[in-house]
Amino acid sequence: MDYEILRLIWWALLGVLLIGIAVMDGFDYGTAILLPFVAKKDIERRIVINTVGPVWEGNQVWLILGAGAIFAAWPAIYAAAFSGFYLAMFLVLASLIFRPVGFKFRGKLADPRWRSFWDWALFVGGLVPALIFGVAFGNLFVGVPFGFDTDLRLHEDITLLSLLNPFALLAGLISVAMIVLHGATWLALKADDPIKSRAKKILPFAALAFFVLFTVGGWWVGRLDGLRIVSDVAANGPSNPLFKTVARIPGGWLQNYAQHPAFWLAPLLAYLGAAVATWAAAKGKALLGWIASALVPAGVIATAGLSLFPFMMPSSSNPDMSLTVWDASSSKLTLEIMLVCVIIFLPLILIYTSWAYKIMRGEVTESSITSDSNSNY
Amino acid sequence: MDVVDLSRLQFAVTALYHFLFVPLTLGLAVLLGIMETVYVATGRAIWRDLVKFWGVLFGINFAMGVATGITMEFQFGTNWAYYSHYVGDIFGAPLAIEGMMAFFLEATFVGLFFFGWNRMGKYAHLFCTWMVALGTNLSAIWILIANGWMQYPVGSTFNAETMRMEVTNFADVVFNPVAQAKFVHTISAGYVTGSIFVLAVSAYYLLRRRHVELAKRSLTVAACFGLIASLGAVVMGDESGYSMGKHQKMKVAAIEAEWDTQKAPASFTLIGLPSVKDRATHYKIEIPYMLGIIATRSLDQQVTGINDLEQQAKLRIKSGMIAYQALEKLKADRGNTALKATLDAHVADLGYALLLKRIRPDVANATPAEIAAAAASTIPNVPVLFWAFRIMVGLGFFFILLFGFSYWVTLNKQHESYRWYLWVALFSLPLPWISSELGWTVAEYGRQPWVIEGVLPTALGASSTTAGNVLFSLIGFFLFYSTLLVADLYLLAKYIRLGPEGALGHRVAAPAQLAAE
Ligand code: HDD
Ligand code: HEM
Ligand code: HEM
Repeated sequence: MDYEILRLIWWALLGVLLIGIAVMDGFDYGTAILLPFVAKKDIERRIVINTVGPVWEGNQVWLILGAGAIFAAWPAIYAAAFSGFYLAMFLVLASLIFRPVGFKFRGKLADPRWRSFWDWALFVGGLVPALIFGVAFGNLFVGVPFGFDTDLRLHEDITLLSLLNPFALLAGLISVAMIVLHGATWLALKADDPIKSRAKKILPFAALAFFVLFTVGGWWVGRLDGLRIVSDVAANGPSNPLFKTVARIPGGWLQNYAQHPAFWLAPLLAYLGAAVATWAAAKGKALLGWIASALVPAGVIATAGLSLFPFMMPSSSNPDMSLTVWDASSSKLTLEIMLVCVIIFLPLILIYTSWAYKIMRGEVTESSITSDSNSNY
Repeated sequence: MDVVDLSRLQFAVTALYHFLFVPLTLGLAVLLGIMETVYVATGRAIWRDLVKFWGVLFGINFAMGVATGITMEFQFGTNWAYYSHYVGDIFGAPLAIEGMMAFFLEATFVGLFFFGWNRMGKYAHLFCTWMVALGTNLSAIWILIANGWMQYPVGSTFNAETMRMEVTNFADVVFNPVAQAKFVHTISAGYVTGSIFVLAVSAYYLLRRRHVELAKRSLTVAACFGLIASLGAVVMGDESGYSMGKHQKMKVAAIEAEWDTQKAPASFTLIGLPSVKDRATHYKIEIPYMLGIIATRSLDQQVTGINDLEQQAKLRIKSGMIAYQALEKLKADRGNTALKATLDAHVADLGYALLLKRIRPDVANATPAEIAAAAASTIPNVPVLFWAFRIMVGLGFFFILLFGFSYWVTLNKQHESYRWYLWVALFSLPLPWISSELGWTVAEYGRQPWVIEGVLPTALGASSTTAGNVLFSLIGFFLFYSTLLVADLYLLAKYIRLGPEGALGHRVAAPAQLAAE
């Protein structure tokens, strides 16, 4: 297969993975964020936690695979993004570490202070990644200050504060809003009353917040500088970001949309998902509501990816050295091998994951927990 | 300390923490599979309770394994950015495949293992348990393929256009002999760990005369499985030594503290005091011929000593400097075929020239003294490797004795007859962890100064972040992990003390019914 096509496929697969993370990890982050607000008594909190109890572990592998696949297919981005966002990554990791132990340890002792500590730990473990992944995405639009020397050793000038610019914070909030929405539709589907109805009450507010923030974000992107490759594009060329020239163009991140109006379907999908999710929850169609709220992150990530294309990690200090689809990938052979692996394993994963969800179907209720108190969290 | 040293320390701390939990997961997962198979085959409820009880302890440990593993997956990018760029084309693939093939499997089925008891039939649940065991073992294969490639980088070549290593033959990477030996040795170590854990806890119950029926059965399973595993660990440890003798000569020489090349077949230093200053090992007790046999499987091949390997390194550095110079010119003159030919002729030694970078950034102008300093830096820390290796091996032989005796005890149904034996079994609890941590120290510290043997020096692999950042995350991880470790040990101890009934919240099985079995 052509190197150019392979790179495009892997660009799309990266999108699929990110959507997988946002959809699958997303609803248990959202559930954890909602935990202190929809559940007060211990048994209520146990219900919330046990809605995701049997599945969060498998969900989390989307994130782990996300890191592994970026490493394999886009090593330059794995290196630049993870080391560039060093302290932000540390915060994400520290909060993610809370989750496995939080789920497992919480129910093992009866002391209320122990349990309430882990409730808040789980809350942090949901909120911080949701926020920081959004902030990281926002920074791609603003541009990140990095460059390379001729050995392709990275030089960056990124601090935690420089990452917390207003646009990036807005992106972080968009991310939190959609994750909370997705968690709420999950609880409306899997928990019973009173948690179900509390989740349903929060749901329209999350959807509204998403509507407003996402719209402001779209308007704001139009006022940012976008980038464009102005030298010849060697789509089949070596993965070396030093061989191109890039120009800064005001409002440039909307150019792709101007050229391909079909791209507008992506943001439309996000709006539509949020609207349908709200409507379905009000009508008591909980499963439809959850599926609809899964379309929101799908739409948002597609919107961002299409707008940046072919850029993947734009540099604000050395735009010529930005990482793009054409110069940040692995070798052709590695992309081919990894594609074969995806074709074999992704269907298998989907099959047994659906089987697991089928086994665990049904609402989590007080009696379902107390009847087997020691197996449940 | 600079960014490199701090990043090394952070990687060592987080990896060694991760590996506190990994071997127990590897071993217990298979033991759970075995016990549940017995349950399904015999239909006796006590075996199901056994699985559930050990499952509680498995779950507590598993959570810590996952929590510490997530850090590892991101850490190559955060702290080893140049490494990730330089070898990501090869190294990233096994990591991604591990995610697709192993982590999804184990993580999905582990949920069903804990939550599925009342939701599916016996056979379906047994299937889930074995899928967890399969997943953990597959995960070990792929991560060790990645690690094996760092020890013996096959199937790849340097690409001057992209300034990195790229894969040329993926099958060579997967079927790397070093990785194969490592895999079997490491999972055997895991099985030993799981077996000793079950053995020690069962011995504790027998000493206290509690949960006797459960403890006897557990002890029997652990003794059989542990005996096979400990034999496997020793045999494959020898295999690792052999493949190391072929591919990492400096590491073998350092482990043996063999300063000068001996006449073949070399003798094995059982014990002694290696002195870095004198470049000699004092007070040696030697076994004739033994080293030659272990490292070369022959009586006539030499095992090269440290001093000779250092001289060889000098030659390779000089050859690498030629490659480096050609590469520098090639950057300005892409497509110059003469330069490319020079580079290709010396590219195998390019990594050796990079050793000079820390001493002198303009590598091509290094003086003979600087070249000698770079060559001297290829010698790892001899005393640490010497002792770490000997303790691991000693413990390996002790485990064989321990399991051999356990096997004999269970065969004769004398579980409770030898109280001294039960005490020994109980106090062996920490030993497999000590072996494993020392084993990794030998493997990883012994690889220094290379992060990829002969290809990329560790000092170059680090990110260009600030020392303050790394210090902050290092302290953060250390405090965080240590607090969690305390909670983890507290919970394990509590649930062991509670015993099966307390942990499962119901009576295990009526004694009369058990006696009847
Ligand atoms: C896939 C690769 C890989 C795997 C499976 C392991 N390591 Fe490793 N190890 C590295 C890749 C690596 C590394 C990235 O290459 C480091 C960081 C710096 C270095 O030199 O090697 C390293 C360093 C490193 C050090 C510090 C050595 C030094 O810098 O002087 C120790 C003690 C360990 N490791 C121990 C372990 C343990 C206990 C592991 C089990 C989980 C482990 N390694 C698995
Ligand atoms: C340094 C490289 C390593 C990395 C990057 C790494 C990464 C990870 C990650 C991300 C997880 C969590 C997976 C989940 O959520 O299920 C994990 C768990 C695990 N890893 Fe590692 N790991 C490393 C070393 C090793 C080694 C050397 C082994 C085995 C020989 C190993 C065996 C396991 C096992 C069995 C688990 C399952 C969870 C548990 O331990 O309880 N890992 N690892
Ligand atoms: C006679 C017994 C043993 C011998 C000869 C032996 C030999 C070795 C050697 C040569 C290595 C280094 C491989 C390398 O650097 O690439 C190693 C590593 C290691 N050993 Fe052992 N070993 C023995 C027993 C044990 C035991 C009993 C355990 C644990 C229960 C253990 C756990 C490990 C681990 C975890 C590693 C690191 C992984 C690896 O490199 O394979 N070893 N061993």
